[in-house]
Amino acid sequence: MEAPAKEQPKEPRKLIVSIGPHVHDTESTAKIMWTVSGALLPATLMSVYYFGMPAILVMLVCLISSMVSEAAVQWMLKKPITITDGSAFLTGLLLAMNLPANVPLYIPAVGSFVAIVITKHLFGGLGFNIFNPALIGRAFVLISFPKLMTTYVEPTMRVMAMDAKTTATPLVLLKEEGMAKLLEVFHTKAALYQDLFLGNRAGSLGETSVIMLLLGAAFLLMKRYITWHVPLPFIATVGILSWLFGGKEGLMTGDAIFHMMSGGLILGAFFMATDYVTGPSVRSAQVLFGISCGALTVLIRLKGGYPEGVMFAILLMNCFAPLLDRGMRSPVFGKAEAKGVKK
Amino acid sequence: MEATMNAHDTFSGGVHPAGNKQLSAHKPAVAAAIPARAVIPLSQHIGAPTKAVVVIGQEVKKGEKIGETTGFVSAPVHASISGKVVALGNFPHSLGMDLPAVVIESDGKDEWVAGLKENADYALLSPEELKKIVLEAGIVGMGGATFPTHVKLGPPKEKPIDVVILNGAECEPYLTSDHRLMLERPQQIVDGLKILMRILGVKKGYIGIEANKPDAVETMTKAAAGSPEIKVWPVKVKYPQGAEKMLIKAIAHRTVPAGALPMDVGVVVQNVGTAEAIYTAVRYGRPLVERYVTVTGRGVKEPKNFLARIGTPFLQLIEEAGGLTEDAAKVIAGGPMMGMSQHDLTVPVIKGTSGILVLPKNEVVVKPYGPCIRCGRCIDACPMMLQPSLLGIYIEKGHYQDAKEFNLMDCFECGSCTYVCPANRPMVQWVKKAKKELAKKKN
Ligand code: SF4
Ligand code: SF4
Repeated sequence: MEAPAKEQPKEPRKLIVSIGPHVHDTESTAKIMWTVSGALLPATLMSVYYFGMPAILVMLVCLISSMVSEAAVQWMLKKPITITDGSAFLTGLLLAMNLPANVPLYIPAVGSFVAIVITKHLFGGLGFNIFNPALIGRAFVLISFPKLMTTYVEPTMRVMAMDAKTTATPLVLLKEEGMAKLLEVFHTKAALYQDLFLGNRAGSLGETSVIMLLLGAAFLLMKRYITWHVPLPFIATVGILSWLFGGKEGLMTGDAIFHMMSGGLILGAFFMATDYVTGPSVRSAQVLFGISCGALTVLIRLKGGYPEGVMFAILLMNCFAPLLDRGMRSPVFGKAEAKGVKK
Repeated sequence: MEATMNAHDTFSGGVHPAGNKQLSAHKPAVAAAIPARAVIPLSQHIGAPTKAVVVIGQEVKKGEKIGETTGFVSAPVHASISGKVVALGNFPHSLGMDLPAVVIESDGKDEWVAGLKENADYALLSPEELKKIVLEAGIVGMGGATFPTHVKLGPPKEKPIDVVILNGAECEPYLTSDHRLMLERPQQIVDGLKILMRILGVKKGYIGIEANKPDAVETMTKAAAGSPEIKVWPVKVKYPQGAEKMLIKAIAHRTVPAGALPMDVGVVVQNVGTAEAIYTAVRYGRPLVERYVTVTGRGVKEPKNFLARIGTPFLQLIEEAGGLTEDAAKVIAGGPMMGMSQHDLTVPVIKGTSGILVLPKNEVVVKPYGPCIRCGRCIDACPMMLQPSLLGIYIEKGHYQDAKEFNLMDCFECGSCTYVCPANRPMVQWVKKAKKELAKKKN
């Protein structure tokens, strides 16, 4: 075999040197945020269909003020501006989903400010916030403007729905006047379930249409952006506990289906409690987190001062997420076996 | 075949990067040109470097020892070509620094050193004699770990070995050198395994192969047909299935304790290439002077498998594979998950070089990393069941001790966590840094 005679020339080309791995899958923070936002599209469209122009305005104000707040605070803190990563957009959208359609437009603006500036950036920005920004934004405006925030309108299915009639949400009806009154309004159980499922009821923008929310959730589950570990135990716990304790005629007479479909449960369980940053990331911890959220939700709904408990339940559990992660991490490969080995 | 049932035995975690093996898997290995100048590092293994036993100007023959061991965990180094020693000194090494090496200029004759002992009746040799041959032949783990093989073959008495596993998983994307070796030299691998089993007095041998190489499974099964004590074992296609602990879990269903070695659970794992090298050493008396090397990636014009001499410069092999493409941007020694990128293409092939991967510009990830969004993907991916996200957060802030409490030392730097991280966080880089810092503090 003949040997190449000449010296090897030094390679003039600049090669990139870095520590591996040298390949990466196709996911990125921005892709995840925008995809989750996209998964809310069906529910968004449905809310526009039901509530018309006011819904669009609330959403626009939320989105714009969230993104402007983020850019402004990052500019002031001299940090790189990251509004293209979709996380502020998603926070704005989720906040909008949690507001009634007919609120004065300073409410979404204030809510967005509290969500982005106080809850997210004053805690260190993306990844460092303890509480779900959209939920804190909503809690803040709910407490600051209790009257406005609990005045819901009937779905009108008209574009210019400025004159929509105000009405109580199904959960309020149940809490204050009982199941009989609820049935009077919706006529039959089947009609009640159907309206809840489709979204033809008073409520916050995004929480009304169960079917549209499930559509988006199914997509996220399929893409594995979220897993069942939080939402399933969350919703199941609400179902079981409200069936056990939610009825007027004693144990096991509650209406589980009603409780699972009403309020912000579906929205909260699939889109808010699954927030990566503010929930646990260890799978077993997520299950416990979901169960706890469900139990707290029912406790607030049945015994608390508010008709709906999803928001406070998730916020409360947000505090415990890091603790759950620490307490429930799975044993390291070979750690149990290591005890028996002499070194 | 009964064994296919076991393709589902695996470990928890892991990732599925694109295999990209089709670039070179179907190409039979060709002998690379003998290098005009072979740069042979004196350290090609984990452990004590060897000491040069040649001087400048000395004529050497192929297979002649040029570096002698200086400790127990060490392996001698041999000339891979015949010619003259023209330099002794520090030369670029694929570990990313200049390390002592012997440079030999070829005389074009490629002659073996005299006195190599062929032995058709090697079956009559005692385990001790066999082990001596393995040591003298300079054989190390050829999957990339480069741990001196003879050390693994002499476990302490209180740790009896009952299983030998040959690693033919080749779970790193792109690489096909073990795959080709299994197709082209199956009998040598099986005979090498038998020698290993004889040395260790073991009755159970396995050859673990990822199920994405059905032809290798078939070929190896045929080669092992006459040996009921050897089983070919397809394992699930998942990175890092070929990591020692993961392979032992999948095949022997034993969990190597954290911080312990395979021998603590009675297992010795060797790469298929190592087995082949052992056979060659025992049967023909030839030390380790060449190996299979895959040169691949979309940054080389014709990806190929080579049988290359130790000491062959990367650039030569790349040129024999058609050369770099216009947009070639990164050259990696080894696979894309755990391999090391190179800035100098004069670095030589060493005993642990399974491949040279060249990535074009558009395949090089140059995203800046962002904050951890606590998505938990890394936790799901980690084969050691660590919490890589926390390791990252602690190390980023310089809290190495905290990282240690969260099992930093159990991380074997497989890269699965970084591979899946949407924020592109460089966990492996941080882990390496933290381990270094902690070691510094200890001293
Ligand atoms: S994969 Fe990355 S972003 Fe997700 S938890 Fe792990 S380190 Fe954080
Ligand atoms: S590099 Fe370490 S922490 Fe990351 S997945 Fe591999 S073993 Fe786990």
